[in-house]
Amino acid sequence: MSANTSKDTKKLQPSFVTSPPAPDSCQNTYNNSDHTQKHTVADEISERTFQDVSLCYQCGKCSAGCPIRYYMDIAPNKVVRLIQLGYYDEALKSETPWLCAGCLTCSTRCPKEFDLAKFMDAVREIAIEKGVEVKQKNIIKFHQAFLDQIRKHGRSYEVGLVAEYKMKTLDLLQDIDSAPGLYLKGKLGILPHNIKDRKVIKNIFKKTKNKTDNRDTESTY
Amino acid sequence: MNYGYFPGCSQTGSAKEYDISLRRVIDKLGVSFDEIEDWSCCGATSAHATNHKLSTALAMRNIMLAEQQGMESIIAPCAACYNRLIMSQFEIANHSGVKQETEKLLSSKFLKDIKVFNVLELFLKIGINKIAENRKRELSDLKVACYYGCLLVRPAAITKFDDAEQPTSMEKIVESTGAHTIDWNYKVECCGAAHSIARRDIVVDLSKNIIDDARAHGANVMAVACPMCHTNLDMRQRAMRRKYPGHEEFPVLYLTELIGLALGMNERELGIDLHYIDFKYADSALENSIANKMG
Amino acid sequence: MTVRVLPGSVKIFSGVEYSTDYKYMCSDPGQNLIKEAIHKYRLDAIVVGSCSPHMHERTFRNAAVSAGINPFMVEIANLREHCSWVHDDIESSTHKAIELVRMAIEKVKRDKPLTKINVPVTKRVLVIGGGIAGIQAALDVANAGYEVVLVEKEPSIGGHMSQLSETFPTLDCSQCILTPRMVEVHQHPKIKLLSYSEVVKVEGFIGNFKVTIKKKARHINEDLCSGCGLCITKCPIKKKAYNSFEEDLAFRSAIYIPFPQAIPNIPVIDETVCTYYKTGKCGMCVKVCDRQAIDFDQKDTMLVADIGAIIVATGFKLYSIDKKSADSKYKGYGEYGYGKYRDVIDGLQFERIASASGPTSGEIKRPSDGKEPKKIAFIQCVGSRDDSKGISYCSKICCMYTAKQAMLYKHKVHDGEAYIFYMDIRAGGKMYEEFVRRAIEEDDVKYIRGRVSRIYEKNGKYIVKGEDTIAGMPVEIEADMIVLATAMIPQDNAADLARTIGVPYDKYGFYNESHPKLKPVESTTAGIFLAGACQSPKDIPESVAMASAAACKTIILLSSDTLEREPVVAKVNEDLCAGCFYCKKVCPFGAVEVKDVKDINGIVYKEVAYINQGVCQGCGTCTATCLSKSIELAGFNNEEIFAEIAAL
Repeated sequence: MSANTSKDTKKLQPSFVTSPPAPDSCQNTYNNSDHTQKHTVADEISERTFQDVSLCYQCGKCSAGCPIRYYMDIAPNKVVRLIQLGYYDEALKSETPWLCAGCLTCSTRCPKEFDLAKFMDAVREIAIEKGVEVKQKNIIKFHQAFLDQIRKHGRSYEVGLVAEYKMKTLDLLQDIDSAPGLYLKGKLGILPHNIKDRKVIKNIFKKTKNKTDNRDTESTY
Repeated sequence: MNYGYFPGCSQTGSAKEYDISLRRVIDKLGVSFDEIEDWSCCGATSAHATNHKLSTALAMRNIMLAEQQGMESIIAPCAACYNRLIMSQFEIANHSGVKQETEKLLSSKFLKDIKVFNVLELFLKIGINKIAENRKRELSDLKVACYYGCLLVRPAAITKFDDAEQPTSMEKIVESTGAHTIDWNYKVECCGAAHSIARRDIVVDLSKNIIDDARAHGANVMAVACPMCHTNLDMRQRAMRRKYPGHEEFPVLYLTELIGLALGMNERELGIDLHYIDFKYADSALENSIANKMG
Repeated sequence: MTVRVLPGSVKIFSGVEYSTDYKYMCSDPGQNLIKEAIHKYRLDAIVVGSCSPHMHERTFRNAAVSAGINPFMVEIANLREHCSWVHDDIESSTHKAIELVRMAIEKVKRDKPLTKINVPVTKRVLVIGGGIAGIQAALDVANAGYEVVLVEKEPSIGGHMSQLSETFPTLDCSQCILTPRMVEVHQHPKIKLLSYSEVVKVEGFIGNFKVTIKKKARHINEDLCSGCGLCITKCPIKKKAYNSFEEDLAFRSAIYIPFPQAIPNIPVIDETVCTYYKTGKCGMCVKVCDRQAIDFDQKDTMLVADIGAIIVATGFKLYSIDKKSADSKYKGYGEYGYGKYRDVIDGLQFERIASASGPTSGEIKRPSDGKEPKKIAFIQCVGSRDDSKGISYCSKICCMYTAKQAMLYKHKVHDGEAYIFYMDIRAGGKMYEEFVRRAIEEDDVKYIRGRVSRIYEKNGKYIVKGEDTIAGMPVEIEADMIVLATAMIPQDNAADLARTIGVPYDKYGFYNESHPKLKPVESTTAGIFLAGACQSPKDIPESVAMASAAACKTIILLSSDTLEREPVVAKVNEDLCAGCFYCKKVCPFGAVEVKDVKDINGIVYKEVAYINQGVCQGCGTCTATCLSKSIELAGFNNEEIFAEIAAL
């Protein structure tokens, strides 16, 4: 997938925008040209999070308190707005859901009791399922590497995690200052700890599979 | 009462000292627990950030094991594990579809309501008087910034044990060690959490703000109850100094280590020597100079 | 449903003499159709298949009366709300319509003519609450020539309006326009003012209430006190109690008058801080009072008044989470440090600071150190529109008073900066939008659209973390003082008082009007009217208008010597009644009384239930509860109801 996909041809437009929406990968399953008939991304998010996206009245308190707000491309409340209006493509491509640390500050303070952290979980999940290109590649690679350790060993194995993450990102120098320290202090085990019942873990992974976990060998990001 | 124990992956690796100090401290206080046999990872941020079904199933497998092993409650010292476990329980309790799906994945049924406690709840349950009674050392020259982070008290509607904005339970526990606590602004601000590796720049900024605010309010040490917070606040200080050359080292301890010191243990017993930022207290030669050093 | 098949379909039912249809039966020609048919076919009862009886039952009953039939021989089959509006299928809904009409036919065949009940009226009005709404209502009723008892729980009338600095959108001084009204109340020969008093019991019914009022002990003989204030000046207890009129921004002495223009101008002794009540010593006030008006032994007294109508004007309180109300059912705002930082204040506190008679004599100073704030952040919708805090409604006045406060601040601190964090600006009202624009355009008040997430203190400044949702940019402001426009909520005891006087209230505790459009000042209890913010958040002009409307409704009620009431009331068959009094327990209106049944020698041999026809609202709860089936509701007796069901 090319990094600079032309926005104009690949845009998912809300129903009230007059120009006809161009075909998009997202439209295979989620055609939002007619809100009343089709299962939209907004519907899908509402189903997965057990809360309707129309709950949000755009007060911005989430963005105001977000610790990572300054690093985001668009404000968290705007991601909700884009979904509410049907600009799914813009929302799913945003870096914001990926930068969300899940700290729950927004969910705790939301006057409408809208769980925004959970909403962001669903946006990420759907972005992965649709194969939307994610700008925050390192974050998704980290998640993949982390989940791989669990699938293989049943527990997180920090050495394996860091090694795999570095292979994925080719960022071999980062953390070079902390890893030897960790070894010296005897904190990082040389060998992973495998749990006994790894079969059940593998089975859970298999049955709940989405695109994050089958890309460990051929990363398209 | 015997508790089930869910250490969490970090406690077997980078947060070894949290596990060591917790075991030593509660042993001294006469409480014991049984580790959940063959426990697995709760899924952490990576699972719930990308796949909620996977996340719920991974977390609930441990609850299921605890139930099968006859436990009634679990201690989850890691704030992130604690949060994943109670949030998954909440999902299961409130959405029957999720419950059925998860039961199918684990090929077993949830029958009992297993209560998950975090480390603050554990010490409040044991009783802070007990810490004070067993105190061997006055930590009165310590001014502690109690850092809760995100996942201990949020969301308040589910954690249900302290105020989400102005929590005070850790302060009560710390004060029972004879140490002083300070009122500060960043006790529930996020440290950057799971971005520790992929977006270290963010973590460095956020963690630096937390440390600076603690220092500005007169603290000379910080207490935490989460391995992820500890990694970001302790280990990332090196990166902090690279980005902000004026940064001065600031010791960050696990709550359990602080209690351990009060109960008379030394740094080695508690694993404090495994931290990046040195903290020497029990060593009597340094005990006097500590105030000057951290002024 | 198909209307045109109905007349033919129902014509076949037994007892039906004539049936027809017409598009607008409620119109004059429609009513004439009914009247003509009554004469032509010598009908003795009418069934109308139409819209809800709430709409036009009265119309058709009047038409029947003018054609010589008893109005209670008219039944309505609700074919709109119960049929055409709720069903799509034409065939089955037509069938249902026929069934509904048939049921009404069976009932009307068993209906008995009823006559209206007449009850006498006491020509005296009780007004509860002495804020601007209560004052206005009391003056209007009194000026119409009726006696008024005005009950105020505080030592002085005046309410929240007396605390305000200036009022929007004219910026005229609140006390300057209020105090003449307060004086008028005091001087009015028809108004009996009971300050520092509370209504504790309401019995009876429309036109005939019996109200018990507790007059709390002021520990001052009101007849002797001249209001000279010497006792207050000499009282040695100066700093033990917060001055609630000053919203806790100042202290008051143990003996005090809430504010200089108080009506009545008579002090109160606060037993909780007065040295005399603790040690039995001091008595400084006794020594200095040359009229011997201090009475430490004074006790609460109870007064009973006969009342014809009641106007409830108990107002509101401001959502606050200071230490006093920490156990409030509303959750606090820990993220704003509200209740923690002294310079994070609420709207009423700012009013006192901006008021020339306030603790700072109108100079803008912040509470913590008395310094003039150079930057203030005003935050709107604190509590309001916040489901997580249990308050989903808009408090309506905050947009306007925040604009006013920012303006007042800019007028007093010329180099100051005012920021207002808002979600929407709701400025509907005469000259309101213009007022807000004036704040923005002339006084350079900065409006930022977005809720604030957090406020914390840093080096004496308050860091306000917000987001400008229009620009899509995070905003951080270092303010010297924060003003929270907190929600208007019902008074603490609103629900208790509602139960005492018998008016229903909504989930928040605001009192319910009888109809949201057409009966906005009537409560659902006959003879009890509502005025002001006890019904919902309101500003001053709206409260005054509602008060005058309630006064007008009251005057209409009192203008006749007797009242006509609908005869749909329950009646007890005394022979059957077993005297279990379950009915008395369930009656929501307190209409059931205990009646002695005497034998021929005048000896009581049993007690039975008796239903006061003036109080009964005809709800039927007692008839459903009665174990011995001895209560019948006129117009809805068992025979009638069962016939309806049997017809189905």
